[in-house]
Parts: sequence; structure tokens; C-alpha cells
Amino acid sequence: MKSIKDQFPIFKRQINGKPLVFLDSAASAQKPQRVIDAMNDVMENHYANINRGVYTLSEEATEMVENSREKVAKFIGAEKNEIVFTRNATESINLVAYSWARHNLKKDDVIVLSEMEHHANIVPWQILRDEIGIELAWITVDDQGYLEWEKFKKKILNHPKGTYPLTRKAQVQGDNCDGDDRIKLICLTQVSNVLGTINPIKEISEWAHSVGAKILIDGAQAVTNFSVNVKELDCDWYVFSAHKLYGPTAIGVLYGKKDLLDSMPPFLSGGDMILEVTKEKTTFQEAPQKFEAGTPAIVEIVGFGAALDFINEIGFDFIREHNLELLKYTFENLSLIKSLKIFGPTNIQDRGGVVAFTMNGIHPHDIATILNEEGIAVRSGHHCAQPICDRFGVSAMVRVSFGIYNDISEVDKLFDGLLKVVETFK
Amino acid sequence: MNLYQEEILDHYKHPRNKIKLEDSTYSARAINALCGDNLSLDILIENGIISKVGFSGDGCAISQAAMSMLTEEISGKPQEILFTLEERDVLEMIGVPIGPARLKCALLCLNVIDQIRKRLI
Repeated sequence: MKSIKDQFPIFKRQINGKPLVFLDSAASAQKPQRVIDAMNDVMENHYANINRGVYTLSEEATEMVENSREKVAKFIGAEKNEIVFTRNATESINLVAYSWARHNLKKDDVIVLSEMEHHANIVPWQILRDEIGIELAWITVDDQGYLEWEKFKKKILNHPKGTYPLTRKAQVQGDNCDGDDRIKLICLTQVSNVLGTINPIKEISEWAHSVGAKILIDGAQAVTNFSVNVKELDCDWYVFSAHKLYGPTAIGVLYGKKDLLDSMPPFLSGGDMILEVTKEKTTFQEAPQKFEAGTPAIVEIVGFGAALDFINEIGFDFIREHNLELLKYTFENLSLIKSLKIFGPTNIQDRGGVVAFTMNGIHPHDIATILNEEGIAVRSGHHCAQPICDRFGVSAMVRVSFGIYNDISEVDKLFDGLLKVVETFK
Repeated sequence: MNLYQEEILDHYKHPRNKIKLEDSTYSARAINALCGDNLSLDILIENGIISKVGFSGDGCAISQAAMSMLTEEISGKPQEILFTLEERDVLEMIGVPIGPARLKCALLCLNVIDQIRKRLI
């Protein structure tokens, strides 16, 4: 049997004459041969548009797409009809913003975000704020990179009545309010794409429901690290994408509780999502089809199914152990470089497989350029999470992130590369 | 060829003309929104000649070194040089091949010059 790394054809490539060391899987992971094969197989042997055709190819393609949906549902402990295919996690969040939030929230309602959100979980809510006059409240992040959740709760629950901004309505209504009655939605990442912090979603989800709010979880960086069960988390929506899970691009997932999805109006409209269209009116399919207007990314959805098979065969016990081993070794090595500062929790058990850092007097782009000369691919910049960079007073960081194909020897190469950076700028 | 040749690193570590001009006639600022790199440029033009140049800024070695080199390039020249400077002049001045990923860093200094041009017209 081939080693895990050998199953990824990209690693035949050399970069600047050196073997590729790919340390940017948190941005997008490389693809194993079986995903590529599965996509080719649909196009070569089974391809046709889905749902409508009564001929063999259309039936086959439809079944393959629905098989993938089944696999996605199992992957996060959901029911098949709770899985909506979108283009990416970003589109999944936008779907909830435009379909649910725009129709259910009104002026002065509050959406709670955290400082460690990806721009995808900030910008749609800011646009909605400007459109309908909701307010955004922020859960802050402490110096170690943990969510200041207790502080946030205290701020809301233990304020003298009528003093916290969230109590504007409470002021009008008198003393019977807990001060959190305006919170209608909490949008939170399960794992930070910069700090790596794993957030206590179950606890926050319970709290959200206790105050009558809904909760949307950005799971893009979580599903790659450990097994997720949306029923245990009891979140209302959960979003992630296939391309970080060794699957193709252009496939996102929106999980939503069935009754919630049923209550939501369509987001995009057109073919495939309708029951009946007359010149006067249209009736819609049930979820998930209601949210899947137009021909979907058939080939990619099938590829996604193959990626999930690949992950399931390896198993998250192994994946988590693998990431922790790499994290531990990276921490040990990078802490030897005096000018280097790592952001986020030092307890690696509290982290997903990312390590973001800066080096004194050396810009992250320069670090990434020098590492590239050694064939090492790392991310540099604000990682689509400017608020958390601002929180730590930097405009950019270098981020190293692990995939299932990385190994200890590549961390050694990273270390040697960073020594070269230090040497270059000494 | 390695981007980080001695000359670039020398300009980055020991920038030329990294001073604030109190008597400048024209000032401008440019930022690279993608990475937060920024450059401010002050120039003093006397009788059509760029008699003094000063800059400040933060950012990567490429953006800062290019600005430092460019201040040396334009200092003491007739102001017309501000209008004739092109991308290829800057790239030639830097002297090492700049890949597409770092082109914006290298040309940030030209963005500042652009701002100055607008004030001169």
C-alpha cells in the first residue's frame, strides 16, 4: 500500500529545485489521487445533468451526487436532508444572512461575533447591519488567544440594569429583562484559522438557546482536525468547505436543522429548486433542494464524496494524533528562535493544526519568500482575519498549517529555512 | 536569483534619506492594503530641482529598500524625472527579478510618486 503522501500526485513536484514542503493546508489542502480519479470517472463514465433525466446516465449521476450528500451528513452526524451544497463556506454563511437573518431580524436586534472570525463570518453581518440596522457585539480574545466568553457573559448578565448597551430595549421594558433579549444570533468559528484556538461551542450553543438566540458555527478549520457532531454541538447552522478536506474546490456545505431550513425562504432561485412554476407564481421544493438553484457542481460533489472516504479510512484518531505530534515538534523547534513569537494557546491540546508567528524586524512576506526558495509553502499576511491581527497589534503574520501528508522532517526543513531567514536579515 | 541580495538588504537595514523634511513642498503617502506596508514621501523642489527627499514607512524588505533606492535615484534631479519614472525603471533599479507575488511590494514606491505627480500637475 502506498504511503499517505504518495497518494498525493502534487508531491512529485519540485519547487525551486527542492521537494515541495506544503505547509498551507488550512488555506486549501492538496488532493489525493482517488479524488482526482473519482472526478474523472464521473466525467468519463457517468456524466449527465442530475434530477431531471429519466435516462441511465442522469440516474447514475443523480445517485452519485446523493451518495455524496449521504456521506457528508454522516461525516457531521446530520440527516441527509439537512445538508445543502453551496459553493464554499463563505456562500453558506451568506445564505443564512440573506435567507434567514434578513427575514427574521429587525432593527436593534444583536448579532454576536468574536474577534477571531474569518472575514467570511464578519462581512455578511456588517452588510446586514448597514442594511437593516442590527447591531454587532464582539466576544473579545485574551492574550493567550482564548475567547473571553465568561467576560462577555458577565458583561451582559451582571451589568447594573440599563447600563449595558445591549439593554436599550430592557430600559424601555423595565426590570424584567436579563439584558440579553436583543441577542438573536451568535456566529462563531469552532477553530480559529490564525490562532488555532478550539472554542467551547457546546457550552456557547447551550447559552445561545437559553436566551432564545440561534447559533451559526464556522467549522471550516474544525472538520479538518477532529470529528464533529452537529447534534452534539446543538448548533442551528454549521458551515464548511470541501477543499480544505482534500476535496475539490467550489463545494461548500451548509448544515441547518431541518425545521429551520424548511422555514427559510430561498436564497438563489431558478431551476432545480421548484415544484411548479406558472406565469403567476412558483412553489418551491423542500430543503435542501430549495437552496440548490441551477445545475450544481456535479463532478466536484462526487469528488467530495471520495475525499470523505479517504478521511474516514484514515480516521480522526490518527489525524488528531498526527497534528498534535507536528504541533508539539513545531513548538519545540520554533521556540528556539529567539526573535520569533507564536500567537495563540501554548497548550497544544487547545489547538487545531495551525501555528501563526512573527519575527522581530522581518516582514512575514519576506519570511515566506525566503522559505519558498527552499520549496516551503507557508501563508503570510492577515489570513482574511484582520480584526484578530489588529487585536495582537500586527498587520501580518506567517502561518504554518498541517495536512495529513506532512511529517516531522518537514518541520526540520521549516526550522532550517527560518534560520536562513535570520541569517539573511542579521 | 535570490531576491535578498546584499544591496536590497543594505537599503532595508540602513535606509537612505529616511528622515522627515520640515520644509517639504510636496508630501504623499501610499499603502498596500493587502499587507499593510506603507510609505510616506516628502520632497522639496527648488527652482525645478528635487533638492531634498525624505521618507518614512513600515513594511517588507522589498517595499522599504525600493523606496530608499528611489530616493537616491531622484535626489538632485530635475522634477521632470517624477513624470518619466516607469515600472521598468524601478524594477531595473532593484536589479533582481521580482515575481508576481511581490511586484506590489516593489512598486509601492512608484505609487507614492504617483501621488506626488497629482499634486504637481
